[in-house]
Amino acid sequence: MSLPRDLLLRAYRQMKTIREFEERLHVEIQTGEIPGFTHLYSGQEAVAVGVCEHLSDQDWIASTHRGHGHCIAKGCDVQGMMLEIYGRRDGLCKGKGGSMHIADMTKGMLGANAIVGGGPPIAVGAGIACKIAKCGNVAVAFGGDGSANQGTVFEAMNLAVVLRAPVIFVFENNGYSEHTGASYAVGSGDIAGRARGFGMPAETCDGSDFFAVYDAMAKLLKTARAGGGPATLEAKTTRFFGHFEGDPMLYRAKDEVARHREQMDCLQIFRDRVGKEGWLQSAELDAIDTDVMALIDSSVAKSRAAVPPSASDLLTDVYVSY
Amino acid sequence: MRQISMRDAINEALHLEMARDPRVIVLGEDVSGGAGGTSGQRDAAGGVFGVTKGLLPKFGEDRVIDTPISESAIIGAANGAALAGLRPVAELMFADFLGVCFDQVFNQAAKFRYMFGGKTSCPIVIRAATGAGMNMGAQHSQSMYAMVTGVPGLKVVVPSNAYDAKGLMLTAIRDDDPVIFFEHKALYPRKSDVPEGDYTLPFGEANLVREGEHVTVVAIGRMVSFAEKALDALAADGITADLLDPRTLSPLDDETIYESLDNTGHLVIIDESPPRCSVAADIAGLVASNAFHSLKAPIVQLTPPHTPVPFARELERAYVPGPQAIEAAIRKMLKESRAAS
Ligand SMILES: Cc1ncc(C[n+]2csc(CCOP(=O)(O)OP(=O)(O)O)c2C)c(N)n1
Ligand SMILES: [Mg+2]
Repeated sequence: MSLPRDLLLRAYRQMKTIREFEERLHVEIQTGEIPGFTHLYSGQEAVAVGVCEHLSDQDWIASTHRGHGHCIAKGCDVQGMMLEIYGRRDGLCKGKGGSMHIADMTKGMLGANAIVGGGPPIAVGAGIACKIAKCGNVAVAFGGDGSANQGTVFEAMNLAVVLRAPVIFVFENNGYSEHTGASYAVGSGDIAGRARGFGMPAETCDGSDFFAVYDAMAKLLKTARAGGGPATLEAKTTRFFGHFEGDPMLYRAKDEVARHREQMDCLQIFRDRVGKEGWLQSAELDAIDTDVMALIDSSVAKSRAAVPPSASDLLTDVYVSY
Repeated sequence: MRQISMRDAINEALHLEMARDPRVIVLGEDVSGGAGGTSGQRDAAGGVFGVTKGLLPKFGEDRVIDTPISESAIIGAANGAALAGLRPVAELMFADFLGVCFDQVFNQAAKFRYMFGGKTSCPIVIRAATGAGMNMGAQHSQSMYAMVTGVPGLKVVVPSNAYDAKGLMLTAIRDDDPVIFFEHKALYPRKSDVPEGDYTLPFGEANLVREGEHVTVVAIGRMVSFAEKALDALAADGITADLLDPRTLSPLDDETIYESLDNTGHLVIIDESPPRCSVAADIAGLVASNAFHSLKAPIVQLTPPHTPVPFARELERAYVPGPQAIEAAIRKMLKESRAAS
């Protein structure tokens, strides 16, 4: 069955926005203007968008070090994010957080997180708040295959089961944690199976296929929103860049990224599907592409010209008052 | 003499000690790298900072262990391996990740010897990259050494240069107590004269980097090189200082600080961690208690403000005490002291 046209158009726009945001950052980082180190999400867009298209501002997500895609999919302001990544005063977090700490509570975005495994326990807490409010809202904890080996994640999963908290644990299995393969570091290789061991339903899906992610998430959310407790989604995906910008990727076969860009490009897969089914015209998608490029261009241009924080900003925001 | 970077100096110490002592193992995330990768290349990282490069090809997978992202298990396993007779060197990557495994550090490693009546040792080294200056944000830039210095049973090392780092690492691995070894990220590429062979530097012995007469400057880690820059600028005006690098914060060589103060009467402490309950505050407290009568002026503690480490370049620059701030602090102190006397 086809999804509503406006949903399809929005999903494509979101995925495209994430892709161009990241591809552009990859280029801009070479100029040396962007501080710190940055982890790009290119290749995984269908996961963030397939999940977040189900969520409203009243649902929560907890993100990771590779958070730009989650932020955009959850509705964070693209210009505000770009300013933040450039370390500007008017960035979403006033230039104090940076790429790894973008957050916007008004959008239900609990923050990117530079501590692997930091997010899932926080998502459980947000899930508890949803449960108490009885509005059918949920919390989603994003994490990678590498995060699936962190004790804090296991604790969060068990706690969510024990409390029947409405939390979906989304594991984006892109095959690597830094320079180490998931086939080495994830004991059983089966993250969804671990989740079942904790006593929650779990699905695996093709993370390069928006529709596969969207459908799997729909199924898991149904029980969670109805008070059935947590669930886990393991999405198999790939990253198109290194772990961080500057990673020489010695651990990956030389042609792997090119091959994955060829075969696992969620934007192409989406275009092929909606074309084949006759749901959308390619001209509509091309128009979105043009819009998105303009948005990214102007975000970068404004960020480059924007003012930095001033030294007095250093001392604010540590406490509510002191 | 040959100059090598602090990264290579620590790497060399690990190579030497693994070759000398078969009980030494290295474990942590990506200490080799490439396991389970599609290129088939092992040692694809050698640690995210390259400090453990080349160990796996030389010493094999039994002794150079790539771990999943599981800090509690990494440090816990190091503890257990130590109790069972090995001498593990665990890499924590960023010192900020102490937050994830703190139980194994301060409830377990630190206390075994005491709780078990002195009948056991826990000879582990925890290596952790420390410090701000690379815009890595609030969770990857902290200076956490004060927190562990306050825990009885832990030894704490903060080298300021390649030569010290090598000698202190060899001492750390041979030491029978748990040692937390903080390596400043900004110092990894910095080169200095380093002899090729085996040498150790004692714990609890400050290095007198420079001798002078007007002020005693105690600086920690990266702050030592900043203090040197400041002192270079002050030398033009005839202001000279004893510059002391404690090198180990636990044990701390406080005696050398008192001796220097006997001559200078003025103390400036430069510490990269926030001011409250810091090593600077600790040293100031010790001096106030034990060498009060040597002081001719109030002690100056130069630290970042009581805030997390900010991301933006301009903010981080304002956060870290730099050479100019150090120079200004010393000038101000001496001027006020002269005016008062
Ligand atoms: C507690 C902690 N340990 C280690 C790291 C360093 N680190 C950052 S990302 C990462 C790999 C994460 O892998 P995965 O969860 O698969 O996410 P991906 O990078 O693939 O998106 C590691 C080890 C960290 N940030 N926090
Ligand atoms: Mg991964």
